Amino acid sequence: MTKTDPSTDLSPLTESVVTGLPPERVREQRRRRHPFRKPLTSILRHVFLIAAAVLMLYPVIWMVVSSFRPTDLIFREAGLVFDSFEISNYVDGWNALTYPFNVYLLNSGLVVIGSIIGNLVSCSLAAYAFARLEFTGKKFWFAIMLLSIMLPIHVIIVPQYVLFSQLGWVNTFLPLIVPKLLATDAFFIFLMVQFIRGIPRELDEAARIDGAGHPRIFLQIILPLMVPALATVTIFTFIWTWNDFFSQLIFLTKPGLYTVPLALNAFQDAQSSTDFGELFAMSVVSLIPIFLIFLFGQRFLIKGIATTGIK
Amino acid sequence: MSALGELRRIKGTSAPKSRKQNTAAFLFLLPWFIGLALITVGPMAASFALSFTRYNLLSPPRFIGIENYLRMLQDERLHTALAVTFQYVFISVPLQLGLALALAILLDRGLRGLSLYRSAFYLPSLLGASVAIAILWRQLFGVDGLVNVVLGWFGIEGQGWISNPETALGTLMILNVWTFGAPMVIFLAGLRQIPVMYYEAASVDGANRWQQFRRITLPMLTPIIFFNLILQLIGAFQSFTQAFVVSGGTGGPVDSTLFYTLYLYQQGFANLNMGYASAMAWLLLVIVAALTAINFWASKYWVFYDDQD
Repeated sequence: MTKTDPSTDLSPLTESVVTGLPPERVREQRRRRHPFRKPLTSILRHVFLIAAAVLMLYPVIWMVVSSFRPTDLIFREAGLVFDSFEISNYVDGWNALTYPFNVYLLNSGLVVIGSIIGNLVSCSLAAYAFARLEFTGKKFWFAIMLLSIMLPIHVIIVPQYVLFSQLGWVNTFLPLIVPKLLATDAFFIFLMVQFIRGIPRELDEAARIDGAGHPRIFLQIILPLMVPALATVTIFTFIWTWNDFFSQLIFLTKPGLYTVPLALNAFQDAQSSTDFGELFAMSVVSLIPIFLIFLFGQRFLIKGIATTGIK
Repeated sequence: MSALGELRRIKGTSAPKSRKQNTAAFLFLLPWFIGLALITVGPMAASFALSFTRYNLLSPPRFIGIENYLRMLQDERLHTALAVTFQYVFISVPLQLGLALALAILLDRGLRGLSLYRSAFYLPSLLGASVAIAILWRQLFGVDGLVNVVLGWFGIEGQGWISNPETALGTLMILNVWTFGAPMVIFLAGLRQIPVMYYEAASVDGANRWQQFRRITLPMLTPIIFFNLILQLIGAFQSFTQAFVVSGGTGGPVDSTLFYTLYLYQQGFANLNMGYASAMAWLLLVIVAALTAINFWASKYWVFYDDQD
């Protein structure tokens, strides 16, 4: 049995985020990492794993195949053969609601892009301060930041709603984007702090000797070296915002502003519970961006998820 | 051990005054400070204040003392919501974590095709929170759904799993267990942290696989198990989307999927009982905080920290 190199799976940084060990120690441990284990039941293990993987993914693949079937066939055919290739579910589903589906895709896209920009800018600024600067009460604020990661959004959603409705922001995208500009996704601050800690301080020192202040060190030294962390934050923000339902449900009530999850929810409310062809088709459309990100950004996802445990 | 480990380690003194860079730090942290004040702490305080009022957004809040809290004691639907949520959390989270740990151990140690398997098991975690998957679940566990078609092959008479109050919550638990990939990836990272010399020493001493697992892997993994447990418990308590979509926002049938957050949404945003919803939000915070505190307290007895530095 060939042994894959585990070090290609996770970066030392990620491991250090998960374990709290300094990255150097992770690297040192890597060097004398696992020998082998006897592949005693190797074949059985693969059979089991393949069966488990098929069982896990079957419903999703079946939904994709079924989205090309007429609804009555969906309820009879449990197989995965493309016995029918009708595009009509997609055409009809696209136009089934008040607005065509591209409106909802665009709305979701706008919220996602705003959230990504907000998180990248505000969280990286805060992370730089926590990772590189010494200031009064640093430990206190850092603890507050960590605690705020665990705060349920429901505890603050009612007053937030009151606040945003007084500002006239309900039924705009602002309540979904402005908090991100204010670094309320503290989890990402923590992720970036861990990353910056892994960047050698000598680089900062050298720049400081050359007369650079903190804004320049941040922009010209740290930020370019942080690209992998920024990519992780971008991808997670994308997925979480794209899937987010609760806050969008609360702040967006006009159909013209519906995002994809809200549109799907309205769609399934309107459909009789047996008409699944078009519902499946639009569900598949809504999952395509997530799947593409999974396909091309998996490296960053796996790195990032190890720090989060949050779906 | 991520954020929890950080919290545990915060102690000691800060840097000498001469090195302080207060102005720069303040400017870098300014967006976060504003957010903390206006989006997090302010609303928390406001929500506490609102919990002592009757407020429907249209007329000003009216102070009613602890009436909301007294009402919570009487509110049968609230008790149902708590029972549903506790059942969901305490059944599905251990199952999910157990599966995650089992698969992580199966996948550890340079298995051929590791990254393919990992991707397959991880993908559902990304999809599981979406409305699309909730819609899929409605079909799968419907009267004529895929599950019953497959059961039919074995001559088993199916039923409407989602329309039956006895089984509706179970389908949502399955959905939560289905997303075990995220904690699995964390377990995989944790397994890699265990120094290999421990296993070498153990096999020299003649320990078998099970003994190695029991005496090395499991103890060394306890911080990661703890981390996953806290995160998944907190997350599961806040589940909303799936129950909302599957039940059409009602929490039905017969309130069998009435998650706490769903009931909070109904009270606050459907009935505009914002005072009552705020009181409910604070109860949620107290429950989550208490659970986390109990976990931290209990962790003394079962979580083993190797990093004594």
